[in-house]
Amino acid sequence: MDLDSLTQSNSEWLRGTGPESDVVVSTRIRLARNLAQFPFNTRADDATRGQIVEQVKESLGDLPVPKVLNFVDVPSLDEISLQFLVERQLISRELAEGEGPRGVAFSRAEDVSIMVNEEDHLRLQVLRSGLALDECWVEIDRMDDALEEELTFAFHEKYGYLTACPTNVGTGIRVSVMLHLPALVQTREIQKVFHSLQKINLAVRGLYGEGSQALGDFYQISNQYTLGLSETQVIDKVRSVIPRLLDYERRARKAMLEEKKEQLHDHIARASGILRSAQTISSEETMHLLSSVRLGVNLGLIDDVEISTLNELFIMTQPAHLQKLKKAELDSADRNKARAALLRNRLAGDAQD
Amino acid sequence: MKKCRRCSKSATLHITELRQGEATEIHLCETCAKDYLSQAEEVSTQDADLQFDQLEENDQSEISGIDDRVCPNCGITFREFRTQGRLGCPHDYVAFESDLIPLIENIHGEIQHCGKLPRRAPDSSRKQHQLIRLRSELKLAVEDEDYEAAARLRDEIHAVEVQLQGNDRPEE
Repeated sequence: MDLDSLTQSNSEWLRGTGPESDVVVSTRIRLARNLAQFPFNTRADDATRGQIVEQVKESLGDLPVPKVLNFVDVPSLDEISLQFLVERQLISRELAEGEGPRGVAFSRAEDVSIMVNEEDHLRLQVLRSGLALDECWVEIDRMDDALEEELTFAFHEKYGYLTACPTNVGTGIRVSVMLHLPALVQTREIQKVFHSLQKINLAVRGLYGEGSQALGDFYQISNQYTLGLSETQVIDKVRSVIPRLLDYERRARKAMLEEKKEQLHDHIARASGILRSAQTISSEETMHLLSSVRLGVNLGLIDDVEISTLNELFIMTQPAHLQKLKKAELDSADRNKARAALLRNRLAGDAQD
Repeated sequence: MKKCRRCSKSATLHITELRQGEATEIHLCETCAKDYLSQAEEVSTQDADLQFDQLEENDQSEISGIDDRVCPNCGITFREFRTQGRLGCPHDYVAFESDLIPLIENIHGEIQHCGKLPRRAPDSSRKQHQLIRLRSELKLAVEDEDYEAAARLRDEIHAVEVQLQGNDRPEE
C-alpha cells in the first residue's frame, strides 16, 4: 500500500460530522485478542511472531466483511512513515516502537484497523466521526465474529478473552469518545469534571492516548474495567456520562459568549489571523490556535472555514505529515516554516470557496 | 398499608414469587427490597482488597516462593510477570490462577467474564454465561432502583436455572 497517497485523503474520524460533532470529534472501540496456540508477544520469538503475522494476513484474505483491509508490514517502514501512521491513529506508539514481525491492516477510509503483534496478537479498532457508539460496536463485533471463523482466540470460561496484561482481560474492550472541550479548559472547570469521571472509573487521556498531553483541548474518555461487565454495559457506562459533558461544555461556551463576547470574538479572530499569516509556527502554537478557531466556528463567531478543514489541519500540521507532504526530511525550523505555509494555503483556500 | 416483612417500615414493593407453581406474596420496604433482590449476588470486594494487601505484605520467603513458580507452557516465572506487567501465554491464567485472582479483582472489581463468547463455545457454556450476564444485569438494575426490571430479570434467571438443571439430568 502506498502510504503517501493517504496524505490526499481525510481519515474518517476527521470528517467533522456525525451526531454532537460540535463537541464530539470521534468515537472509537477496540478489542484485544490473542491466538490460543501461541505465547503472548513478551514470550514469542521472531519466528513465532512471524507465524502470527502470516496467520492473520491469511485470514484477512477471506474475511467476510464488506471492507477490504490492506496489510502494511511495519518493520519495512521508515521513521517518518511510522510516525505518520501514529499521527493518523492507525497504529499506536507501542507498535511503531516495537520490534520483530508486526503490522497493521486498515480500510481505505481508515475507519477499521487491525494491529498485529502490539501488546496483544491482535488489536481490532473501529472509528467513527461524532458520537457513534452503537455503530462502532456493531461493526467491530461483526469483524470479531468473522475473524473468529478463521482464527482460534484464547478464551477462558471464567476470565473471558485472555490478554497479555490482566488490565484488558475479559471483554478486551476499550471504548473511547474524543471530545473537544475548549470552554471547560478556559473556565478551568475541566479538572472538576475529570475528577468526577475518575470516581466512576472512567479514564481521561489526551489526543494520542496514554500519557499524552491534551493538545488542542482534545480529551478521550474511556472505560477502565474490561471484566465483569458485558460489552454493551461498558458502552452504556461510557455513553451515560456524555450528555452531561456535552451540557457542561455547551453551557460554558454559552456563558463565555454572554459574559464576554467582544473579548472572545477578538481572541478567536486574532488566532485565525495568526494562522493565516504566520511565516513560522510551532506545532504546539498551531494546536492551541486551531482549537480557538474551532470554538469560534462552533459559536458562529467566524464562518470562513469548515470544521472538517480545521480537523484536517490538526493532523496535517503534525511533524510526520508535513514531511510526507514535502516528501523530505525536515528539521524543526524547516517544519515550522512548512507548517506556516500549509496553514496559509489551506485557510486561504477555504475562504475563497 | 402493609408493613415490610423484614423491618417495621411501610412496604412499598409487593413481590409475587412463583416457585414450582406456588405463588407467595412478599411485602418489603425499599431498603429491604434492594437487599432481597440482590441477595447472594454481592461479591465482597473489600475482602479481595484485603487479600491483595496480604499478598503484598507477606514475608519475603513466602513471596519468593510464589515468585519462583514457573508456567509449564511458556516458562515465565511469576516474578517476571510482576516485573514487566505482561503475562507470557494464555495458560498463565491457569498456572498462576490463585495469585492472579486477587490481582484481577483489584483491577476490575470482578472476576467473572460476562461479555461475548466465541461462536464455537458449546451450548451449555452459552447458558451458563447467559446466567452470569442476567445476574450482572440484575445487580445493575437493583443499583439503579429499577425494581420492575429486577423482578423480570429474576424470573429470567430462574427460567435459565431450570433449563440448566434439566440438562444435567442423565438422559434416559
